[in-house]
Amino acid sequence: MRAIWKPVLLAFAVAAVSGCSSMGKKSTTDAGAETGALGDGATTGVGVGSGTFQGMSIDDPSSPLAQRVIYFELDSSQVREADRAVLTNHAAYLKENPQAVITLEGHGDERGSPEYNIALGESRAQAVRQLMEFQGATAQQLPTVSYGEEKPAVDGHDESAWSQNRRVELIYPGR
Amino acid sequence: MIKIVRALLVGTLMSLWAVAAQAALTIEINQGVEGAVPIAVVPFGSSSPQALPQDVSAIIAADLQRSGRFAPLPANDLLSRPTEAAQVNFRDWRVLGVDSLVIGNIEPTGPDSYNIRFQVFDVLRGGQLIGYTVPATRAQLRRVAHQIADQIYEALTGERGAFNTKIAYVTTRGSGKVKQYELQIADSDGYGPSTVVRTKQPLMSPTWAPDASRIAYVSFEKRRAEIYMQDLRTGSRSKLASFSGINGAPSWSPDGTRLALTLSRDGNPEIYILRVADGSLTRLTQSPSIDTEPTWSPDGQSIVFTSDRGGGPQLYQVSAGGGQAQRLTFEGNYNASPDYSADGKRLSMVHRDGNGNYRIAVYELDTRMLRVVSEGRLDESPSLAPNGRMVIYAASDARGVLATSSVDGRAGQRLTFQEGAVREPAWSPFLPK
Repeated sequence: MRAIWKPVLLAFAVAAVSGCSSMGKKSTTDAGAETGALGDGATTGVGVGSGTFQGMSIDDPSSPLAQRVIYFELDSSQVREADRAVLTNHAAYLKENPQAVITLEGHGDERGSPEYNIALGESRAQAVRQLMEFQGATAQQLPTVSYGEEKPAVDGHDESAWSQNRRVELIYPGR
Repeated sequence: MIKIVRALLVGTLMSLWAVAAQAALTIEINQGVEGAVPIAVVPFGSSSPQALPQDVSAIIAADLQRSGRFAPLPANDLLSRPTEAAQVNFRDWRVLGVDSLVIGNIEPTGPDSYNIRFQVFDVLRGGQLIGYTVPATRAQLRRVAHQIADQIYEALTGERGAFNTKIAYVTTRGSGKVKQYELQIADSDGYGPSTVVRTKQPLMSPTWAPDASRIAYVSFEKRRAEIYMQDLRTGSRSKLASFSGINGAPSWSPDGTRLALTLSRDGNPEIYILRVADGSLTRLTQSPSIDTEPTWSPDGQSIVFTSDRGGGPQLYQVSAGGGQAQRLTFEGNYNASPDYSADGKRLSMVHRDGNGNYRIAVYELDTRMLRVVSEGRLDESPSLAPNGRMVIYAASDARGVLATSSVDGRAGQRLTFQEGAVREPAWSPFLPK
């Protein structure tokens, strides 16, 4: 039990600190956008407190749940055959933990139109959601968000960077 | 042949914009354009005892050059520097091979006010085309210089100039997970930037209201895409769209009452029309594929958008009242991000060529001709000037910079943000008088 609680407390402390620093900056810049920064801190806090820690496996690097990114071909939102097993494991986790939530974050590479890449990232996230729903997870457990090309995993302007940026990340709250 | 002009950090605070000025863009103008009409813009005279805060004639010459239609003679090549009509010897100017001549004078009328007189001559005919005197305060000098350039452009081409306009764009500072995004507005030549909104999460897709008083944009500040509308005079803003999934690609209707946008709340990305006054929504497209990036025809009757319903992204047109969409583009396997010109004659877009380069193309609706006008590898986000003769876009190879090009691909400039990247440009409509 001790091993489980340590990271939780740590995460909570980090959330509290980031919340404070956001608040500290609020007065220095225009209000609207900084509200967003406060929201960021609060979201982290909710994730930590939501009680989804029954299965130790999500924090175990050798667990099948440790792989949380899958990759896509250019212009495609089709999940590769090899990645289906990865999604099956996460779907099984959600089925066993009906309170658990995984946010599916869709991304694209930098090429082409930014708004089209938002749509492509969303299509990728929805393709993943659909597969996981077939495997017993519910839509409510799988909110999607697309960042398109706005948040590359790897900076760079060649295929090696692009192939790592066309992805869906499975985000467990607080991790 | 690239001349670098450093942008000044303009100290004058423009009361029009809500937040103080930020670091400026650096401007590089491409010179030596083939087919441009030679013109002489003689440095304006001034009887002011103090140096003027702006070089009005240099601003005018740079504007004309950037259009790709004119090749101003370098100031060093001038044989004489007349400031009034009586001093003009047309034979001198014919020898230099210029077709048109611009002269002027700036007369102080008070401690911070001036009268700017300018005259445009047809060198070949040996007569004056236009001549005006325009009052300006010190703070208005740049704007008036752009207005004069618009007058000259119209007198010589028969088309309205678009130099006295604005651009909106997004700058990014920092790297990795710690970034700062700013939506900024500057003059069309990149001078005088001011910040509209600043966040730590991405900002995208600014779109101008037709009267240039408001801007709508996408913000991820709440860790998801939402569309906001902001009044540029007061800085006040309201949330327009925050449905589940995508809230993106806003495009203002020509009458200013509606926004076309992309939502994925009913599943996959579809085009909707949102009435600004009451937030009511009408769904425009119904397809299991991606539909996004709407742009209105200037008559408000139809909408052009990107869809991959045929396999890859191509442009389609649909009536603003809904119905069957018609495919517009067939050249290449990637055409996206359309922007309709204000005269309804053409569309700009991102086009992937046979070598995998993403370039800006201009599509003439009457001839159905697609013309590539940029030379980069990763060009995106084209936005046409309100006179439809120039396009601004983001060139994102290496670092993000903005570039402009004439719609025939002949001339341009690059706008570089020294502290980071600059993307997502949107050219304003004509500004109200």
